[in-house]
Amino acid sequence: MPRIDWLAIAPEVVVAAALLVVLAVDLFLPRERKYWVAALAVVGTTLAMVPVILMAVSGDNYSMFDGSYVVDEFALVLKGVFLVAGYLVLLISVSYIESDRYYQGEYYLLLLSSLLGSMVLTSARDLVVLFVALELTTGPLFLLAGWRKGDLRSNEASLKFFIIGVLSTGLMLYGMSLLFGLTGELSFDGIREAISAEGMASEPVLGLAVLLILVGFGFKVSAVPFHFWAPDTYQGSPPPVTAYLSVSSKLAGFVAMLAVIYLALPAVTDFWGPALWLMAAVSMTVANLSALRQSHLIRLLAYSSVAQAGFMLVPFAGGAIATDGLSEGLGATVIYLVIYAVMNLGAFAVVIAGGRRIGSYEIPEWRGLGSYSPRLGVMLAVFFLSLAGLPPLAGWFAKFVMFRAVLISTGPAGVWLAVIAAVNAVVAFYYYARVVKTAWFDQAPDEIPEDTETGPTGPLSLAMGLALVAVLVVGVFPGLATFFGDAAAALVP
Amino acid sequence: MDLLDSWALTLIVFLPLVGALVALAIPKEREEAVKQWTLLVSVVTLVLAVVVAARFDFGAAAGFQFEVDLPWISAIGANYHIGIDGISLPLLVLSALVVVLCVIYSWQHWDEPRNPRAFLILMMILATGMNGTFVALDLVLFFIFFELVLLPMYFMIGIWGDRTMRKIPGFRKEVETRLYAAIKFFIFTLFGSAFMLLGFLALYFKSGSGGQQSTFDIPELIARGHLFQGTFAWLVFGAMFLGFAVKVPMWPFHTWLPDAHTAAPTVGSVLLAAILLKLGSYAFIRIAIPILPETARDWAPAIAVLAVIGIIYGSLACLAQTDVKRLIAFSSVGHMGFVMLGIATLTEVGINAAIIGMVAHGLITGLLFFLAGSIHHRYHTREMSRLGGNLKLMPVMGGILGFTAMASLGLPGLAGFWGEFMALLGSYQPLPGLSTSFFRTAMVIGAIGTVLTAGYMLWMLQKVNLGEPSSEWAGKEFHDVDRYEMAAWAPLIVLIVAVGVYPRLVLGATTDAVVGLVETAFRAVGG
Repeated sequence: MPRIDWLAIAPEVVVAAALLVVLAVDLFLPRERKYWVAALAVVGTTLAMVPVILMAVSGDNYSMFDGSYVVDEFALVLKGVFLVAGYLVLLISVSYIESDRYYQGEYYLLLLSSLLGSMVLTSARDLVVLFVALELTTGPLFLLAGWRKGDLRSNEASLKFFIIGVLSTGLMLYGMSLLFGLTGELSFDGIREAISAEGMASEPVLGLAVLLILVGFGFKVSAVPFHFWAPDTYQGSPPPVTAYLSVSSKLAGFVAMLAVIYLALPAVTDFWGPALWLMAAVSMTVANLSALRQSHLIRLLAYSSVAQAGFMLVPFAGGAIATDGLSEGLGATVIYLVIYAVMNLGAFAVVIAGGRRIGSYEIPEWRGLGSYSPRLGVMLAVFFLSLAGLPPLAGWFAKFVMFRAVLISTGPAGVWLAVIAAVNAVVAFYYYARVVKTAWFDQAPDEIPEDTETGPTGPLSLAMGLALVAVLVVGVFPGLATFFGDAAAALVP
Repeated sequence: MDLLDSWALTLIVFLPLVGALVALAIPKEREEAVKQWTLLVSVVTLVLAVVVAARFDFGAAAGFQFEVDLPWISAIGANYHIGIDGISLPLLVLSALVVVLCVIYSWQHWDEPRNPRAFLILMMILATGMNGTFVALDLVLFFIFFELVLLPMYFMIGIWGDRTMRKIPGFRKEVETRLYAAIKFFIFTLFGSAFMLLGFLALYFKSGSGGQQSTFDIPELIARGHLFQGTFAWLVFGAMFLGFAVKVPMWPFHTWLPDAHTAAPTVGSVLLAAILLKLGSYAFIRIAIPILPETARDWAPAIAVLAVIGIIYGSLACLAQTDVKRLIAFSSVGHMGFVMLGIATLTEVGINAAIIGMVAHGLITGLLFFLAGSIHHRYHTREMSRLGGNLKLMPVMGGILGFTAMASLGLPGLAGFWGEFMALLGSYQPLPGLSTSFFRTAMVIGAIGTVLTAGYMLWMLQKVNLGEPSSEWAGKEFHDVDRYEMAAWAPLIVLIVAVGVYPRLVLGATTDAVVGLVETAFRAVGG
């Protein structure tokens, strides 16, 4: 029996308990009182914050199961981020799921399972734990994507997501098995030491392994050219699930990637540096250009999330080029992830609220939103322009640290990537601004959509409000966000 | 008064923003209350700016005063560092003044769809961005304020702008002028500022190469100027040039300007012309030249060429306009050409010319846009072919228009004269190391530009003011300048005369600072 530090796994235990309670309670609740399930899930995620905060305050590190499961600053910070993101998604989901009135219990059960997976993921320090956690994160999402069973698009979304997900898992697993075969180690520390001890850094098979793992992660974070599933899946899934997919699921992919690359493979920059450079450049460019042509709001956000993934990859590539850029790159990516999570969830909350009122996600239908619902209009402008990276909204700082991380190396590769990112930031602004333009500059339709919301609107408004405050405060005092980056950067050995 | 010294600039910058937040709490229906509140806030800001100017130590105008330097984003070494010297003081006062005048003018002039509260809130946010840019002494802070002005202006143009449909090359269908202009304005500026940010970051990292802590601090970067050499400096200057030149705007980055200025609501055009255009040229003087003096000298001929092209191009384009507001917009391209020509000489005379030219352009073109707005308000057209005889229909407004046009064409004794004259004077004897014959050629072409400027301004006056009113206005009542307009314009008229007769109003503050700047930057080459 290995020694178990219960405080260290308390957040996961709480979420797991909440998950089981949700499952059990759901069985006994009459249909009209199913919303209690949502409340329980919200309470569960809130409670799980407590041990995370306790551990963050105490500042201790915990290591269990021969170092396979570690709770350090990096893990704690990201657990916090996942919990907050999960909390916001739960709030966003309530009115949407409530109005469907079926399978409420299962919905929250699956969402919490996925959340549990990503929380375990932050602590995973060997390939097996990482793999299991990543699958626990993704698995429930296959089901959630197909939530609207009667809807063909939802079925398509689920199926596409599933097939691509399985394919990527297979590739990644193959890469991991090669890595294990080469080094004889499963733990990240072991792999790193084996690579440097055996001098394998330029071994071709190692290159193949790294490449396969990267392809797998590429699917998870939906970077070009592994992004084809994203627009269809995003559009077909229920919007709250899409919000979760675009934030937590992407975040999970990045966390896994950060851990593997920075902990296990820091010596192999020759392989992953150029590959990620290319992936970043192509992701930004292709996704932004595709987004220009979208007229469906959620599809637009899908391409936007692909492009944002490209921006998040930029510091990785920068870290690979600069000699001392690894910790800088890690910090920048984590800051970007945190800010992205909040503003993207805010954007989805607005889109869901507006979509329920307007009854369509086609952008032209949103004309004049600002004139008949200034509240939604302002929120829409704030979140979309924050995604575009305009000061003084939080998004600017994400872009700023990204540029900073890549320019730390003054070589031409870094500068070129920065230039590509800069041009892309401008292109991206165009389609974000187009949505804002439609909502504010265009004439409202003759028949203004009535507010016919019947479900509870409080949670959705709360989610929007929290995200709004975060976006504004972090925009003006970005020092608050650097805390996440600094804490995470401690991971780099 | 120590408290004032340390808080004055911060208040000037953030008071409008606080005012905007408070205005948000006033119910939309209570328009009068919103207007009075905004007026109060902007007047207090102006009073503070005037107090700062009064307490400013003109004997030490070369150094920064009213400085505040507090940690802001410690993780990236960005500080809340603000302060003013003789270069920024006139522009700060101008900015605070123009905002007050805009509030007064808009009291009775609302473009569709009205909503004064939203408009005034945007104007206050704009004021924060503008004032902040002129006092920021930290590159990150500067970047934030520089960008902050974009959003409010975007919404001003997009919501209250010109609604006529236009055929624009590249678009299949006709588009509304305001929509096209708003996005074009934004995309152009954003494109420039994205590269500007890259340049700032490159400076930051390079500033640490001497073994010191990397910094975004502008005075500190100036002191470490020797670290930035060769290709690196050339590229960084290029990146910053893109950002600033789009904002000025210099030819060939100017194409957003005529669209944005013409499409914006009157007050938006005034703010654009009077203040926003100055941010770019100010940034050249504050950031690009002192930090990278050697590279600035390499770039100076190119800047001069673009400036001169801008002068000639702007003037010729004016002659081709039929819309009086668009004509004024294009005239800005020419006037900013003179400002940039002055900067390109890298001499004390030239840079002083640039600053007084900026102030004068702010006063004069601001007033011209007010006038264009009022003319449109009366006639509901800005087509010069339909106007005419304005002097007969509205003698006071016609008179003011005549006066302002004279100031704009550089009549001696009015503010516009000094900027053009001194810029040409500076080109006669540019910084040692720059080709004298080259700059003298530029001077000659610039002089031709002044003639063209006189040409199109007089042509405009002839079309709008003189002659007989067209028969379509027969029998219509035109009310001449009302008291809100008079209140908004009188200070500008007074200042145009005052600066024209007594340029020391501006130069008294700037000269020492400019001399200091040039000496520090070019000491090595004996400038």
